[in-house]
Amino acid sequence: MTDLSLDGISLLLVWTAIATYVLAFAAYTIDLAQRSAASTVPARSVVVAGPNRSDLQGSEPHQSSGRTGGPPRRMWARIGTSLTVLALLFHLGGTLGRGIAAERVPWANMYEFALTGTLLIVAVYLVVLRLYDLRFLGAFLLGMTVLLLGGATLGFYVEVAPLMDPLKSVWLVIHVFVASLATALFALACGVSVTQLMQGRRERLLAADAAGNAARKGPRFLRTIPSAETLETLAYRFTIVGFMFWSFTLIAGAIWANDSWGRYWGFDVKEVWTFVIWVLYAGYIHARATRGWRGARSAWLSIVGFAAVLFNFTIVNIYFPGLHSYSGLT
Amino acid sequence: MSRSRSDSRTTSDPLRPSDHAETDTAVEVTNPSLSVTGWLRWGWTQLTSMRTALLLLLLLAIAAIPGSLFPQRSADPNGVVQWRRNNPEMFPLADGLGLFDVYISPWFSAIHLLLFLSLIGCVIPRAKHHYVALRSRPPRTPSRLSRLPAHRELVVAADAERAIVSASDMLRRSGYRVERYDQRGSFSVSAERGYLRESGNLVFHVALVGVLVSVAVGGSFAFTGQRVVVEGTTFVNALSDYSSFNPGRFVDGTGLVPYSLTLDDFRVAYRLPGTPGAGQAENFDAQITVRQPGEEDTATSVRVNHPITVANDRIYLLGNGYAPTLTVRNGDGDIVFSESQPFLPQDSNMTSLGIIKIPDGLPKQVGLVGFFYPTQGTLPSGAFTSIYPDVVDPVLTFNVFSGDLGIDDGTPRSVYTLDVSGLNQETGGDSEVDSLELRPGDTVDLPNGWGSVTWEIAEEQQPVKRFASLQIQQDPSSGGVLLFSVIAMVGLFAGLFVPRRRVWVKARVDEGLVRIEYAGLARGDDPTLQRAIDELARRHSTSVDAHDTSAAAIDHSHDPSERNPS
Ligand code: HEM
Repeated sequence: MTDLSLDGISLLLVWTAIATYVLAFAAYTIDLAQRSAASTVPARSVVVAGPNRSDLQGSEPHQSSGRTGGPPRRMWARIGTSLTVLALLFHLGGTLGRGIAAERVPWANMYEFALTGTLLIVAVYLVVLRLYDLRFLGAFLLGMTVLLLGGATLGFYVEVAPLMDPLKSVWLVIHVFVASLATALFALACGVSVTQLMQGRRERLLAADAAGNAARKGPRFLRTIPSAETLETLAYRFTIVGFMFWSFTLIAGAIWANDSWGRYWGFDVKEVWTFVIWVLYAGYIHARATRGWRGARSAWLSIVGFAAVLFNFTIVNIYFPGLHSYSGLT
Repeated sequence: MSRSRSDSRTTSDPLRPSDHAETDTAVEVTNPSLSVTGWLRWGWTQLTSMRTALLLLLLLAIAAIPGSLFPQRSADPNGVVQWRRNNPEMFPLADGLGLFDVYISPWFSAIHLLLFLSLIGCVIPRAKHHYVALRSRPPRTPSRLSRLPAHRELVVAADAERAIVSASDMLRRSGYRVERYDQRGSFSVSAERGYLRESGNLVFHVALVGVLVSVAVGGSFAFTGQRVVVEGTTFVNALSDYSSFNPGRFVDGTGLVPYSLTLDDFRVAYRLPGTPGAGQAENFDAQITVRQPGEEDTATSVRVNHPITVANDRIYLLGNGYAPTLTVRNGDGDIVFSESQPFLPQDSNMTSLGIIKIPDGLPKQVGLVGFFYPTQGTLPSGAFTSIYPDVVDPVLTFNVFSGDLGIDDGTPRSVYTLDVSGLNQETGGDSEVDSLELRPGDTVDLPNGWGSVTWEIAEEQQPVKRFASLQIQQDPSSGGVLLFSVIAMVGLFAGLFVPRRRVWVKARVDEGLVRIEYAGLARGDDPTLQRAIDELARRHSTSVDAHDTSAAAIDHSHDPSERNPS
């Protein structure tokens, strides 16, 4: 096979996407730095949109009609978003190319899981941007995307190979895709929860220090993003959608296992971790309805939940032998 | 707004739908009287509190993890043997802690039973409460609607009472339950919707119990059995014909339906050398004839991911391999063994290990430990290996052992293993006699003039037969588990996404104008509350022909976070 095989082109596109993500990451980082530097604009008005919307639902046109007279244009954030869209196109091209080269869905081994999973993270982020101004998360999400996608391309890349028999199933298409979608939402929720923790800390410090100036209250860009409470609500919304998908993944996986291995549940390593993650997020949902667990504690649960998702995808796939040994690595 | 405000708002606001997540009973009974029932009640209240449920959930997540770090007897028995070999000192301790049977260990069972006890104790009072809520009227309209989280005020030129009647109709049509509360000088309608949220939540939790009960009940009527079937041979569905059989508690194997399965042909394709995934096997296909008493024979095929169902038994294809046909003769030329013996694959190129035990007919009891190489290659060490899984250049080798095979003492021994420790090695190893080596059709002599071994060619094109290993099982729990899982999903969806809210519309005559207030309050997360109130105000006001007086001045809708001082 020459380098100009479809798979080779796909790989080239993936690297182009990674490079573009790095640029987008840089742009978002500059945006965060600028948010920190800008000092005069009252924090709220930057993101508070029309009077009837929650303070995250600002889209660009609304903001420019804001009451405080010309909030910052966030040029670097816009550049970041544009670059992200561009990178996503390369990424999509690379993923589709891989699928066409393999003549099947492009999510059947570790490299391809990473390819499709990160694609969905970015796509979900861009979709959500249309509803909420989450560009302060751009640096976090793209940084993670670059690490995961770059790491997978360096470490997990394998040439196109035919599917093993157990993978030839409609459930590969459904189960794995929905799991990736859930992962994308959990990633988003995790990013929001991290921000929520930082914001919550800042709010506590501010409340303690009424003068509110001298001491350091964490990164200054926090002044330009919504309150911890709003962030918490948002993280919750992403999580419950992700949780629906994850529940579906669990059930679909059981149906597949029942066809493939002759039992719907056998506490295989991967099944255990899928279950653990499900229970952790059920815990998160409960925490938000439990006195004393709202706020920071539930945010930690969201972060732990996503850590488990990443662990499941990386360490478990590579180092834990089990029936799900489809990483494609030897 | 501080978080504490949101907490108090959600837990103690009298106007908020009171089927809220956290009931206050947990705090009410914090000082148990010293009587036994007092303590029991206290314990029960603790157990069914939201905080306990949460802690038990987190505990369950943590407790499940060791099962992924240690091999489990149920999923990976060989892994347990291996672990024991590697850590002989630690093994008794780890085993004592149940680390190899995590999911049936006392501590894991305790956690999940407590969790479900807590769940039941939680669901029953909530179901009662919800039942009452379902039949009660929407609450009285609060006097100061402007304090509610979603609020809008408009001035219209219309009759106040007529406006409320139309608002009431409008709300009813959008699925609200409505109630009029009129006072002197003001008319109002109180409306409530989203009972389905709590219903969904309850259905979800009850369905989880359903899943657990299905597993427990169905599992005791389940069985799983395995059997290796060589091409051309027949498996009869009777206990004695299984090579392994795991029955549930209420199954003894006497109720098996009589049918038989003949493996007519086993097909598998291997990727050719030089193509991507070379040597990878695919399209496994066991062609089977099913015979049932009183029915015509049916030819069918069992493939990976496509089990077949015979008389409620599900039949799966789990594995495959080669079964060379061998004949052993004694020194006089009498046949003492003639069978197609399954050789179990040891690697992805199908290097396979097979055992032949000949207890009678030779001067001593003889065991043959054989290796089958479908395509023979040679390692740098000189040892044989298989370099391709299909039969291209097949070779069989045997080491011959003699002595007491341990067959006569009654202890059951697997036909696939031979304990050679007490035996005398006649060929290979240190015996200074070469191992036997055969190609299809060959006959070679056993050592000491004991006789000979012949590899019979099965067919012209296919010198070696294949075998399929089948799993035959019945699991009556799976239907219930699936059903309750799907119900749980539906309940989950309703419980998470149906907005539960109260809405009020109040009209007041004020200096000849009619002021209409629209307000809403949610239970739980409700991203569309404000939008719903705005939409209601817009539709209603246009329908009563209102004119929105200078929105900036009177539009009092607000978002709590907007006034955040940070
Ligand atoms: C097997 C154990 C349990 C699991 C897996 C579980 C899971 C869940 C899930 C996924 C939700 C969100 C679904 C929905 O709102 O419809 C939820 C909500 C809820 N659960 Fe559980 N639960 C369990 C046990 C319990 C127990 C023991 C209690 C009572 C103490 C409880 C009380 C609640 C309540 C009140 C909510 C509503 C939370 C809210 O409105 O945000 N659950 N549970």
